[in-house]
Amino acid sequence: MARRKEATPAPAVPAGDRAAKPVRRGGGPGMGIGMAEKSKDFSGSARRLLGRLAPYRLTLGTILVLTIASVTLNVLGPKVLGQAVDKIFAGSVGALLPHGQSKAAVVAALRAHGENTRADMLAGMDVVPGVGINFDTVGRILLTVLALYVCAGVFQVIQARLLNNVVQRSMNTLRKDVEAKINKVPLSYLDGQPRGELLSRVTNDIDNIGQSMQQTLSQLLVNGLTVIGVIVMMFTISWWLTMVAMVAIPVVMVVTGQVMKRSQKLFVAQWGHTGRLNGQIEETFTGHDLVKVFGREREVEAEFDTTNEALADVSWRAQFVSGLVMPIMMFVGNLQYVVVCVLGGLQVANGSMSLGNVTAFVQYSRQFTQPLTQLASMVNLMQSGVASAERVFEVLDAPEQEPEGDAKLPPTRGAVEFDDVGFGYAPDTPLIQELSLRVEPGQTVAIVGPTGAGKTTLVNLLMRFYELDSGRILVDGVDIRTVPRGDLRSRIGMVLQDAWLFHGTIRENIAYGQLNATEDQIRAAARATFVDRFVHSLPEGYDTVIDEEGSGVSAGERQLITIARAFLADPAMLILDEATSSVDTRTEVMLQEAMAALRSDRTSFVIAHRLSTIRDADTILVMEDGRIVEQGDHSELLAAGGAYYRLYMSQFEGAMTEADPNALAPAP
Amino acid sequence: MLLKLVRKRLAPYGRLLLGLVVLQLINVGANLYLPTLNADIIDNGVSKGNTGYIWDTGGLMLGVTLVQAIGSIGAAFLGAKIAMSFGRDTRASIFRAVGRFSGREMGQFGAPSLITRSTNDVQQVQLLVLMGCTLMVTAPFMMVGGVIMALRQDAGLSWLVLLAVVVLGVSVGLIVRLMVPAFRLVQRRIDRVNRVMREHLSGVRVIRAFTREGYEQSRFDIATDDLTDVQLRVGRLMMLMFPLVFTVMNVSTIGVWWFGAHQVADGHIEIGSLSAYMTYLIQILMSVMMATFMFMMIPRASVAAERITDVVTTEASVRPPEHPVTPDRLRGIVELRRASMQYPGADEPVLRDVGLRAEPGQTVAIIGSTGSGKSTLLSLIARFFDTTSGAVLVDGVDVKELDPQQLWGHIGIVPQKAYLFSGTVASNLRYGNPDATESDLWEALEVAQARDFVQRMDGGLEAAITQGGTNVSGGQRQRLCIARALVARPRIYLFDDSFSALDLATDQRLRAALAPHVRESTVFIVAQRVSTIRTADSIIVLDDGVVVGQGTHDELLAECPEYQEIVASQHGADEEVA
Repeated sequence: MARRKEATPAPAVPAGDRAAKPVRRGGGPGMGIGMAEKSKDFSGSARRLLGRLAPYRLTLGTILVLTIASVTLNVLGPKVLGQAVDKIFAGSVGALLPHGQSKAAVVAALRAHGENTRADMLAGMDVVPGVGINFDTVGRILLTVLALYVCAGVFQVIQARLLNNVVQRSMNTLRKDVEAKINKVPLSYLDGQPRGELLSRVTNDIDNIGQSMQQTLSQLLVNGLTVIGVIVMMFTISWWLTMVAMVAIPVVMVVTGQVMKRSQKLFVAQWGHTGRLNGQIEETFTGHDLVKVFGREREVEAEFDTTNEALADVSWRAQFVSGLVMPIMMFVGNLQYVVVCVLGGLQVANGSMSLGNVTAFVQYSRQFTQPLTQLASMVNLMQSGVASAERVFEVLDAPEQEPEGDAKLPPTRGAVEFDDVGFGYAPDTPLIQELSLRVEPGQTVAIVGPTGAGKTTLVNLLMRFYELDSGRILVDGVDIRTVPRGDLRSRIGMVLQDAWLFHGTIRENIAYGQLNATEDQIRAAARATFVDRFVHSLPEGYDTVIDEEGSGVSAGERQLITIARAFLADPAMLILDEATSSVDTRTEVMLQEAMAALRSDRTSFVIAHRLSTIRDADTILVMEDGRIVEQGDHSELLAAGGAYYRLYMSQFEGAMTEADPNALAPAP
Repeated sequence: MLLKLVRKRLAPYGRLLLGLVVLQLINVGANLYLPTLNADIIDNGVSKGNTGYIWDTGGLMLGVTLVQAIGSIGAAFLGAKIAMSFGRDTRASIFRAVGRFSGREMGQFGAPSLITRSTNDVQQVQLLVLMGCTLMVTAPFMMVGGVIMALRQDAGLSWLVLLAVVVLGVSVGLIVRLMVPAFRLVQRRIDRVNRVMREHLSGVRVIRAFTREGYEQSRFDIATDDLTDVQLRVGRLMMLMFPLVFTVMNVSTIGVWWFGAHQVADGHIEIGSLSAYMTYLIQILMSVMMATFMFMMIPRASVAAERITDVVTTEASVRPPEHPVTPDRLRGIVELRRASMQYPGADEPVLRDVGLRAEPGQTVAIIGSTGSGKSTLLSLIARFFDTTSGAVLVDGVDVKELDPQQLWGHIGIVPQKAYLFSGTVASNLRYGNPDATESDLWEALEVAQARDFVQRMDGGLEAAITQGGTNVSGGQRQRLCIARALVARPRIYLFDDSFSALDLATDQRLRAALAPHVRESTVFIVAQRVSTIRTADSIIVLDDGVVVGQGTHDELLAECPEYQEIVASQHGADEEVA
């Protein structure tokens, strides 16, 4: 049953964003890992994501400056170090040459012996024959390098810290925005969305965004700047060696592009299979007993094995293909290294480059391929982060509830009027048509009818969880669409079949009805609704923490707590929607009494299966297919001999002590 | 736990692992050899101006590079294969272990936890194996190889290597140590954000009814702020890592040049060796860093491995007999003899000394308040649990002696929580009897009062059903579950509160249609409403796991106070209207 209804037009979407789209998405069960999904509008979403960092402009500016500084220092390091190497090399060579001769004389002597290559090399060196390594100079240079590196390290730490702050804080606001959004969307949106899906967006996706932002932002900056810086430095050493080294760039781009294209597809397939397998496992485990009793174990296992095998297969291919990037990059890097070594060696040999420069160049070329590889491997991460961001933005762009009215409700008496109301969850299949109804203050209205007749829908409409298609609902003569939702709802207490309590103590859960209630008020509400009795048998009393499993509090007792909560809120009107159907009959007696206490002097709407509970209602509405087919009090309706009479008799039959056991029993 | 699990699951891949190690050795070896060649080029080629030597060595370097690429690609191939096979096998072992579980173990772990364990937890350990195949194997080789090669170049600077390794190891280890508890905290706080949000979504009607949106927002804000706090803390630690490693590396490079220069001046080593030495040093430190990353992953993977092992090593409490009795056919006579059942860890048994006997054609109804043990009684008959004392017999044979497959083949169950599998109406109806004809299906639907709505559904029998059956209403789901049991034509029917979501008129029509259909079977019905069960041949009144009344409706009304109370509570005020 599709529970969708375009309740309201989309609110203004921030400028530059795509218009709000329908928000349903058939994604698989959320896993702890960011899905490498294909994004719909990569650059738009990426820009919007970055736009969310705008409040941190100043910090981001600082980060940029620090990054440039630390990269510059890091890049300068090898160059300066190269000078030290030259000094050491020159010293070590010089020490071997005869003392007192000039360099020119030594070179000339070498040429005379026909050792032209060595002569060339020596000529290009800052060498003084007979003089060894000058440790003062070397020490000074090395200290400079040390200072450079330490400063770079400090800058890096500060930069990374600032970035961490920016990312975590912006993820914090993103999570809060989603929470705030959930308070603003119409209920139809939440009803139409698998709960796990939304949850996954708040935790897994936002986590994924944070992680990929943290890594890509700093890495993009550092690696991008490093590549540029390194290229500049390489040019200062030797422009033509640099050109040779730069051949690696297009190679890297082509290789990673190709690999990523393939691996992306495989990753998408991998997550698809993971989702499917998760679904199969979930289904099998949830229906564990049924699988056994109906003898389906073998089929279920075979099905599991097929998907499991497919997942393993596509996963290893995805892993292998994406894992190719590193070896290939290393190969390219090593290739380049060899070429640089060979060419550099030849250069030194013929004296056109110093050894220190070659060493520095070799180091630079290593520093150059490494960030390139990192940049390449980030593409995947970025795609995954942006895909997650899109999923979160979809939630943020969901159409919101109709704007609030600002009319005031008169001091409440609790008169309710449905005036020619029409409504359907899906636009083309009306559920409720031309429904009119008047309820005087203090009256109890019971609504009965088969499943799907529209009983709960009436509640949804009165609470304004859903908006009407036509007609209007008046509370004390005021159209509920003209007053703020909160004003309306705060006058109505609600107890539902599904006893909703949150993780907190019993006291906190009761006080939820009125946040500033005193302890006395809480206890009074608890006493009036039979909560006090069982709370006393709990070792922790009112401080007992309610958790999902129930922790010693039975379903009926949970229901009593929700009634106490409504009692404490002291609303003018009350809605009790099948509040007792999942409770055994003895607890029900208590519940009935508690609810009777709650109902006195309030306008109440009661929905119930068991007709015995609603006999005393002032008005009973019998609903079928979204229409009120009968209306009146118990005796009137019985006398009329219509739908209510039939409903009543069918129930009545079972309980009748005097009735002939075979009167309505199945034929033997 | 982690090691044991990994070792056990990797055992079948010993040969692949061996291949992986060999390839990684080649990879690491080549990687280590390259700096030596580079040193040779500088020492013997560049310094001596020997162009020929430079070319020759350059060629050799290229060859080595190629070998290294092949080695690492091969290693990536095998590593991915091993890790993914590991994941597949582990998942399958969990899936099969859970398949053997009885209701007791299912309850002990809970389905959601079992699902996370078979996917998410496996993924954690699988990731570790994958990283292990690349890093765990390479890092030690790189480290040892690097040390050996560095020592071969020169012994005079070994202390420097040692110092750098120790400094790096200690400081990274310290950071990791601080990070582990912080990580654990992050996980817990994420859970909390999740929980608060889940509560908000599940209680959205109540929250809006009480206009507590602001309260929820502040509850969420606190949870998310707490998460951010600890994430910032983890981040601060993590952010130290890289700058630290790089600074140590850079500083030790400087150290090598400074102290190395003295060695050169003293003529102990050549300058080419020095630059090679530096490369080795960086390699050693990199391997230390890689090892650290592994260590960072281990705590999380250990927790996952523990959770996996818990599942796999849990023995099903209900085990099929080794030599099952296999009667030709089961008629469906069910007998409980002083059957008691106590959940592990519970103070009190849920059922105590229950005795009953039912034959084909009879309907036994079970009634009692919540928690009185009604569903447990049905579970004993289906052997989802075993009795702690006493026995359950089918056709005079203890169910523990029967082949469970045969037993289940004769039982049709309609669970309390109506559950349908994803597929179509027909695939669900055929779940227990794949050979049923279409007319069989329509007949069952007719009895279950589901014919009308199935006909109206888009596609009729082929209409799609979502997982759990969420696309049909509660009452419809229940009726489809009843029809599913009917299609299987079992000897024993177990209806566990299967009529609760039906309105009374439908409930009544259904029971009327059901009676002739199940005439040759033994029927057990658990119910809340007296109206559902009053025509049963025998009604069993359970109170706190003890049978307090047993007989027909009239007999019980006459003599069983608990039954009278139940009847009165349901209908009290209505009686005079008769």
